[in-house]
Amino acid sequence: MNDTLPVQTGSAAQDAAQLAISVRGLIKRFGDVKALDGIDLDVPRGMIFAILGPNGAGKTTLIRLLATLAQPDGGTARVMGHDLATEPHAVRGAIALTGQFASLDEDLTGRENLIMLARLWGFAGRTAKARADELLSAFELSDAAKKQVKSYSGGMRRRLDIAASLIVTPGVLFLDEPTTGLDPKARQGVWKMIRALAKSGVTILLTTQYLEEADQLAARIAVIDHGRKIAEGTSRELKSAIGSGFLHVAVADTERLDEAEAILEHALDGTAQRSAEGATLSIVAGSPKAANEAIARLLAAGIELSDFSMGSPSLDEVFFALTGQPIEEDAQGDVS
Amino acid sequence: MSSAETGPAIETGPAMLSNVARPPRPSALANALTFGWRAVLKFKHVPEQLFDLIMTPLMFTLLFTFVFGGALAGSTSDYLQFFLPGILVQTVVFNSVYSGMGLSTDLSKGLFERFRSLPIWSLSPFAGLMVGDVLRHTIAGLIILTVGLVLGYRPEAGLTGIVASFLLLIAIGFGTGWIFIVLGLLIRTPMTVMTIGFTFIFPLVFASNIMVRPETMPGWLEAFVVRNPVSHMTTALRGLMAGTATGGEVLLALLAPALLTVVLSPVVLWLYRRR
Repeated sequence: MNDTLPVQTGSAAQDAAQLAISVRGLIKRFGDVKALDGIDLDVPRGMIFAILGPNGAGKTTLIRLLATLAQPDGGTARVMGHDLATEPHAVRGAIALTGQFASLDEDLTGRENLIMLARLWGFAGRTAKARADELLSAFELSDAAKKQVKSYSGGMRRRLDIAASLIVTPGVLFLDEPTTGLDPKARQGVWKMIRALAKSGVTILLTTQYLEEADQLAARIAVIDHGRKIAEGTSRELKSAIGSGFLHVAVADTERLDEAEAILEHALDGTAQRSAEGATLSIVAGSPKAANEAIARLLAAGIELSDFSMGSPSLDEVFFALTGQPIEEDAQGDVS
Repeated sequence: MSSAETGPAIETGPAMLSNVARPPRPSALANALTFGWRAVLKFKHVPEQLFDLIMTPLMFTLLFTFVFGGALAGSTSDYLQFFLPGILVQTVVFNSVYSGMGLSTDLSKGLFERFRSLPIWSLSPFAGLMVGDVLRHTIAGLIILTVGLVLGYRPEAGLTGIVASFLLLIAIGFGTGWIFIVLGLLIRTPMTVMTIGFTFIFPLVFASNIMVRPETMPGWLEAFVVRNPVSHMTTALRGLMAGTATGGEVLLALLAPALLTVVLSPVVLWLYRRR
């Protein structure tokens, strides 16, 4: 595998029985393309664990395999102690899945959707209704309970979709890109729900394309690319490997961009990246103080800034730091 | 994570959810009935679908009775007496196309992904689909029958004949339903399911004895029509309504639905598990 793995704490030593998910050498092929190319993963019980990666990295494939929706071509996996290959029914009894696209009946009301699923799990009439109402109120959907799902906003759908996964408290909840396509306010709402859920003891494996999301929610993060794990660790460990604070600087006079780049690289002892449009420079600053000093040097050199900011690295920057390469848009292309 | 999020909103959030363990596993029948309940709810929320179900047979009934009836059978009332049992068969066969469309829609929306990740009997969503179909066939059939009664149709065997006829209709709908479930599983777009469905249902329905007696047709066509399963179904239904049906006629009518069920239900299971 990759020597750049920044952190690998002693999870391998943990007793397999304590793990919610344990994956060894998982492989999935679609024709000639290896969507998963030997993934190893250990997720302890009760943890929020994030799989971070670009489109086509294999995140959804991994979740589908673990939720028994597709068969692996190689490797083994255990979910809540049940073997994926030999005990799929037991795995289904211990998990819940909220896929990337809302899996709800749009013609039914939110309440009816939940009652239907509760009945499918085996709750009798009144118990099913009580559970539906409890979930609706926990996810702040009571007011919309009797409206058809087709009239719900994106955030409401997501919340109902997650609620639908909690009819029976699952051992593991899979959330495939839980906030993709949501506006910032709805995203905050979903994050709040996920955090609260984790407090109730559910193990959560979520996928995301946003470092910020993984950072906000997850105790551990695995970064995957081309079906392989390229890094794993806590958010802090990853960031210290990548560089936590990024300084973004927009130079007013683009003629002096090269000059500005040289000053920044000298001041912060790193490599600056130019934005696609060319007017913004991004560089690891380490601390606000260091960033401040770098900006002072730019101003001292008479370079005028139209904008500057401190922020987390983007997924692009994470990948650049981990692999030395930008994300390939066509990640399906060469996976040989 | 940190405790910074312990705001008041959390008090009503999922942290307050009681942890619920799995109840005893429900029976396959209970699962199928839940899916059937879903079909009933869909009727409640999307009553427009009734329009799709009865518009075509209604227009056929009026068109054939009043426009062609006199020419075909001497009088409109004689023709209606001949035609109405057949139009009921046509209604059921046409309407089973809609279950394939509904399935194709469900599959394209990811709802089945959730069903598949549940610990339930794999075939129960389809059994539920069938429960919904039975309901739709019964409602559509009753509406068309009522229109027929208003126009002057009189089943000689009375209520017994009607009940027996509807049982046969449900069996026919159940059998043909499998064809469209297979199509629904194979084809991603609901519109294509409908087009393909009607492409091979049209010849079966029109080259049958539903509208005219086969003796009036050219020999080669008559040879097809008398062997067409739709003709057997229509003959049996006319007999049941008139009180003259023989056991042989009914068995012949049930042959195609039984064969379809035996052959296609394993195919459905295989296609579904393969996805």
